Amino acid sequence: MFYREAGQYKTTYQSDMAIFPLRQDRIGIIIILALAYVAVPLMASDFILKTIMLPFLALVLAVVGLNILTGYTGLISLGTAAFMGVGAYACYKLTTIFPDVNILIWILVSGFFSAAIGVVFGLPSLRIKGLYLAVATLAAQFFLQWAFVRIPWLYNYNPSGAIEVPLRTVFGVPVTGPTAAIEVKYLIALTFVVVLTWVASNIVHGRIGRSWMAVRDMDIAAQLMGIKLLEAKLLAFAVSSFYCGVSGALFVFIYLGGAEAGTEFGIRLSFIILFAVIIGGLGSMIGSFFGAGFIVALPTILKFGLPAIGIAITGAIAEKIVVMVIGALTIYLLIVEPHGLARLWQIAKQKLRVWPFPY
Amino acid sequence: MRAPSATDIAAGEVILAVDNVSLSFGGVKALTDVSFDIKKGEVRAIIGPNGAGKTSMLNCINGFYHPTEGRITFKGETRPKMRPHEAAAGGIARTFQNVALFKGMSTLDNIMAGRTLKMNRSFFWHILRYGPAMDEEIAHRRFVEEIIDFLEIQHIRKTPVGKLPYGLQKRVELGRALAMEPEVLLLDEPMAGMNLEEKEDMCRFILDVSNQYGTTIALIEHDMGVVMDLSDRVVVLEYGRKIADGTPDEVKRDQRVIDAYLGVGH
Repeated sequence: MFYREAGQYKTTYQSDMAIFPLRQDRIGIIIILALAYVAVPLMASDFILKTIMLPFLALVLAVVGLNILTGYTGLISLGTAAFMGVGAYACYKLTTIFPDVNILIWILVSGFFSAAIGVVFGLPSLRIKGLYLAVATLAAQFFLQWAFVRIPWLYNYNPSGAIEVPLRTVFGVPVTGPTAAIEVKYLIALTFVVVLTWVASNIVHGRIGRSWMAVRDMDIAAQLMGIKLLEAKLLAFAVSSFYCGVSGALFVFIYLGGAEAGTEFGIRLSFIILFAVIIGGLGSMIGSFFGAGFIVALPTILKFGLPAIGIAITGAIAEKIVVMVIGALTIYLLIVEPHGLARLWQIAKQKLRVWPFPY
Repeated sequence: MRAPSATDIAAGEVILAVDNVSLSFGGVKALTDVSFDIKKGEVRAIIGPNGAGKTSMLNCINGFYHPTEGRITFKGETRPKMRPHEAAAGGIARTFQNVALFKGMSTLDNIMAGRTLKMNRSFFWHILRYGPAMDEEIAHRRFVEEIIDFLEIQHIRKTPVGKLPYGLQKRVELGRALAMEPEVLLLDEPMAGMNLEEKEDMCRFILDVSNQYGTTIALIEHDMGVVMDLSDRVVVLEYGRKIADGTPDEVKRDQRVIDAYLGVGH
């Protein structure tokens, strides 16, 4: 009843092409941003920030990145975690070599390192598709993970083989490292997510996004439109890996605070992010948020939420259940709703438009 | 629609020439020594029985296949190995026998994708979206809306094309090809699987494109009524060889064409 476009006329092409054409949607996004920036840091407990918000914000960029590659361009990658690792290690090396430079700049710059590596491993995508490309990116996953363990220069010859996030301050406020306030970390991560999601949504709504989707839906016809397949695919790999790299840097610097060589960025994480993309919805920005939220929140809800309402469940069992639920849901969605939670969201919006009438 | 330039070829002159083209896949000969030309502004039909090599001919012209022998000259320029995107940049657009639309995208996005070559704002402007990238988008949207009006598909502007009925998909595909402002438009069975009304609509659009925009059209079609009415000249292929070439009336009376393809009335 309230969610209707009645009376909102579009008189320019620009307003018709807006990312949120409905006034209610625009108000909604402002409310969500206000809540995220003001209400959450003020009201949420450290526990919620630490176990849900930080991993969610760190991972959501990787999900957006993989969605650009898989959902928009139709190229399957199983190397997401490795590209995140490139971002994390690049950021670590950069900030230890140049400790005086603002860490926020290095987090962003580490994305470019990841993008470069992504382009190299994306080269085979011109010749191979689908399952075979997945195997080729799997090679990236194993090779890079091997490099993180076997090249001691990457973790500054630390005898434990781990990288530890040093203390870095921005304008005197500690941002990374053990002494940084969790609210500060949260706001930093949130800003990265908001800005980079805005950028991603700009890209996919314009010519470049259209050429990616054209390559995904019918590559022969895309060539005929004058789209160069190699260029479009490599650009998708670069942008996707950039997002994964920034996500990896945030994951280690903001959320984990340190990483063991080769364990954090394993194949398991690659799969989890792929599942998040599928559950959230292939080719949908908002779906990436649903997917990442689902993947991050489900374990916490099972582990801590169920005991709170009186269902006794141990952490170990909860973890097993999480894997089962995610696996089952992925299969279910692939069969029933390939467009994932994002599609359900659209259906809900459509229902809301005509409520209280059935149609 | 398109500003005339000095390199433009005057109407009635040869814009695309196919000289002694042969194409074989291993031992299979798809085309053998085929020669014909297409003049600017005309509607040129390519007909023949199934497997005659009509679609292979179009694939050669727009660069999906490279002729094993012979050459194709487009606007006075011969390129031995033209890639599809080079053909597109040169001004050759094409529709497919089995609709090759971008199924997950809306009608609008499909036709906008046809404008890709005309859009040249760099990646960095696209990051911002507002500003130059948006201006460019709006300018091209205006052009695309003209095509949408022309093809009378306003009501399905925002519908994902995968959900459209077949006849409309064919129309959207024509729109996408027109969005490229082509000089030569290759239509591969634009009327296959349509009912009479849809065929009449499509004929009207093809004639309008030819008359209003002066676009050169080469079409493959099996409906002889359509071919004879629409086309200025017809080339007939059989088993990869050209068996006749001329105006519809000449071709209709050609004994080899009657034997191979048209048959006789009973």
